[in-house]
Amino acid sequence: MGRKIGYILSVIVAAVAPVVVLVMLPAWGILVGVALLVAWLALTRTGRQAWSATAVAVSTIPQRIGSSSVVIIGIAGVVGVLVALLAMAEGFRATLQQTGSDDTAIVLRAGSQTEINSVVDHDSVVLVSEEPQVMRDGQSRPIAAPEIVVAASIPKKSNGVDSNVEIRGVGDEVWELYPRFRMITGRRFRSGLRELIVGKDAAREFAHTGIGSTLDLNGQPWTVVGVFDSGDSHNSELWADTGVVATTYHRGSSTSSVTVRLQDPRLFDAFRTAIKTNPQLKLEVQTTRKYYDAQSEGLTRIIHVLGTTVAVIMGIGALFGALNTMYAAVATRTREIATLRAIGFRGVPVVVSVLIETLLLAVLGGVVGAAVAWLLFDNYTASTLGANFSQVVFEFRVTPALVASGLKWALAIGFLGGLFPALRAARMPVTEGLREL
Amino acid sequence: MKYLHLVWSALFRRKTRTFFTLLSVLAAFLLFGLLNSVRDAFANAGQSVAGASRLITISKVSFMVSLPLSLDMQIQAVPGVGAVTYANWFGGIYQDPKNFFANEAVAPNFFDVYSEFKLPPAELRAFEQTRTGAVVGARLATRFHWKVGDQIPLQATIFPQKGGQNTWTFNLVGIYHIANPSERQQEDALFFHWKYFDEATAFGGGNVGWYIEKIAQPKDADHVAQAIDALSANSDHETKTQSEDAFQASFVSQVADIGLIVGSIMGAVFFTLILLTGNTMAQAVRERIPELAILKTVGFSNRSVLGLVLAESVLLLALGGAAGLALAQVAVSFIRANVGAIPMLPVGPTSWMEGLGLMALIGLLVGALPARRGMSLRIVDALAGR
Repeated sequence: MGRKIGYILSVIVAAVAPVVVLVMLPAWGILVGVALLVAWLALTRTGRQAWSATAVAVSTIPQRIGSSSVVIIGIAGVVGVLVALLAMAEGFRATLQQTGSDDTAIVLRAGSQTEINSVVDHDSVVLVSEEPQVMRDGQSRPIAAPEIVVAASIPKKSNGVDSNVEIRGVGDEVWELYPRFRMITGRRFRSGLRELIVGKDAAREFAHTGIGSTLDLNGQPWTVVGVFDSGDSHNSELWADTGVVATTYHRGSSTSSVTVRLQDPRLFDAFRTAIKTNPQLKLEVQTTRKYYDAQSEGLTRIIHVLGTTVAVIMGIGALFGALNTMYAAVATRTREIATLRAIGFRGVPVVVSVLIETLLLAVLGGVVGAAVAWLLFDNYTASTLGANFSQVVFEFRVTPALVASGLKWALAIGFLGGLFPALRAARMPVTEGLREL
Repeated sequence: MKYLHLVWSALFRRKTRTFFTLLSVLAAFLLFGLLNSVRDAFANAGQSVAGASRLITISKVSFMVSLPLSLDMQIQAVPGVGAVTYANWFGGIYQDPKNFFANEAVAPNFFDVYSEFKLPPAELRAFEQTRTGAVVGARLATRFHWKVGDQIPLQATIFPQKGGQNTWTFNLVGIYHIANPSERQQEDALFFHWKYFDEATAFGGGNVGWYIEKIAQPKDADHVAQAIDALSANSDHETKTQSEDAFQASFVSQVADIGLIVGSIMGAVFFTLILLTGNTMAQAVRERIPELAILKTVGFSNRSVLGLVLAESVLLLALGGAAGLALAQVAVSFIRANVGAIPMLPVGPTSWMEGLGLMALIGLLVGALPARRGMSLRIVDALAGR
């Protein structure tokens, strides 16, 4: 009795410990593990025995292809769903992260979380621009962009539903603030006119955004004159001249935010202190990096929770499928395994051979799942409501890191699904096994 | 029915295998129940019985642009409109931006129009008489351990007070309840007086966020909506009026295509489930070929053998699936009670009907091939092990 409990406990430890290690391990750790395993298989006596036992096991897989495919497809399902969901979070995060940088800072009214809630009056804009940390251009004008953010309702191309689009009023300074900005087609708007340029993602998502189209903003007709690519989340926006936007939306001389380029990222703290301690200013400062990173936190967290929950539940399903398959595989190979034992193979090589077989199937499943997720969803375009209550367009990104974490899940499920059948194979009495039909 | 015993013992002939398969089925239907609950919560947002008889009027420009208070009287006069109320989004933060919940400044008659928000008469009177009074939903009160008499400070994100003060403090005077469990997510909100808001805010000036109209006859909705929008046609504050359901639906569709995400996950789940249970059934029938042959020998017809195998696979799916859905039901009510952040509807009769339908469908699908094999086997060959 005591022996049996001891055995069960040691099996549980043997099952849980490697899974924990696997989850903690970085991607290169898995490669090291594989290298160590190969070395052991090639160099030691037990390893070589395990290798030949594995070769026998793998050579019989084609006879059991139906049930083996259960392991592959089951795990492919888990990895595919997990990678696709995380690719959505990753795409959203990356889009917003590219938007921010450490050497530009955004100034909002104190207490406002986002530009659309913020109001900065003209005097404050002037005071902020004149801080010594702000970089100046060739004509020694400060690189500081007071911008207005408002929302318009424009139907989406996909479903015709009116959705919010961010309209950003920008001035001439803006071209120095966004170094990656370039026009794709058409031209920039002329200041003083009701002309719009459209981000390339907005142009793809929303109706009436082709060059020459007329959009109705707050009751006035605006003409689209160009399409731009800013290389970041501003691609979901429509840009126009600050002054004209302010007039159309009755904003007077106030703006939503001021974005400045700092002479050096290290001057940020000094810049913030200067603004905080100025009694004339009720403003808050963040680097644009921090401002945009914070916007993706909420959604990224929700998707991670959702993805992990779904993957755990699907993983449990796949695990029992794998257990079934591998128990059946061991059962059909009973005589084979007993023969191996009879001719002198020890327990460890047999356990290892069943484990390696399962892990191979699992990795194959993981690769299939990740490949399907990549084929279907890499660069898949989606959009959601961003912090400014407007659509942010982003693309799913299946990154190597996501694929690696998907493969970790595959290995963990394969390991658990193979371990128990492997132990049964090794503990089978040889004489009974040989008599088995 | 008289063969239930036979089917049952066939199913549990290999206990471990059946047990593992049942757990896989359970996991799949647990996920089905959970995801369906989330999808329903998004799809049904605002689709209450009362929601069908209410219209929402927002600015045509965007729902963030406010409308003049003067429209109130004009809308009141439109034929078919029963009562008009209005509200303004406040967007205050309680302690931490992560504690998000809706907080709105509302007109005095707000709770008349939202009659499903049940507020005890004494608390309603207290709300009417307290300038800085606020009312919260029961679920929100539980989440932050608030009780009547508490002071609730909110940090303004959009509306600082006159003089730049950013903290608004409200006196909690009432807690409302919603009887219908599937609408209880509307208990995650705080309401206070629009009048107080308009007087104290730095940029007020008689503007409201949106109007809500209760209409006498839901079938007149389109007609009334057009009449309301005609009031402000060609003005600088043109409006867009739609039913509360349509408004909520268009808002949800801006967040994400929940249906597509949930549908894709379920597709993957059931695809793998079909393969997995199909494999189990194929194995089960393969090793029982001699037994099936004996059944035929003692007089079972081809069709009864077919029926037995199909019944076995449907039973396998139904047992695991019912357990999974039951577990989902428990899990959803636990999550709804303890985690406010995720919108979920209880696993209701519709989910059960869909789930049972899926169990039967998948059961028949995965049983079909093995059952055909059992039906078409020839007794002599099967007994001889050929």
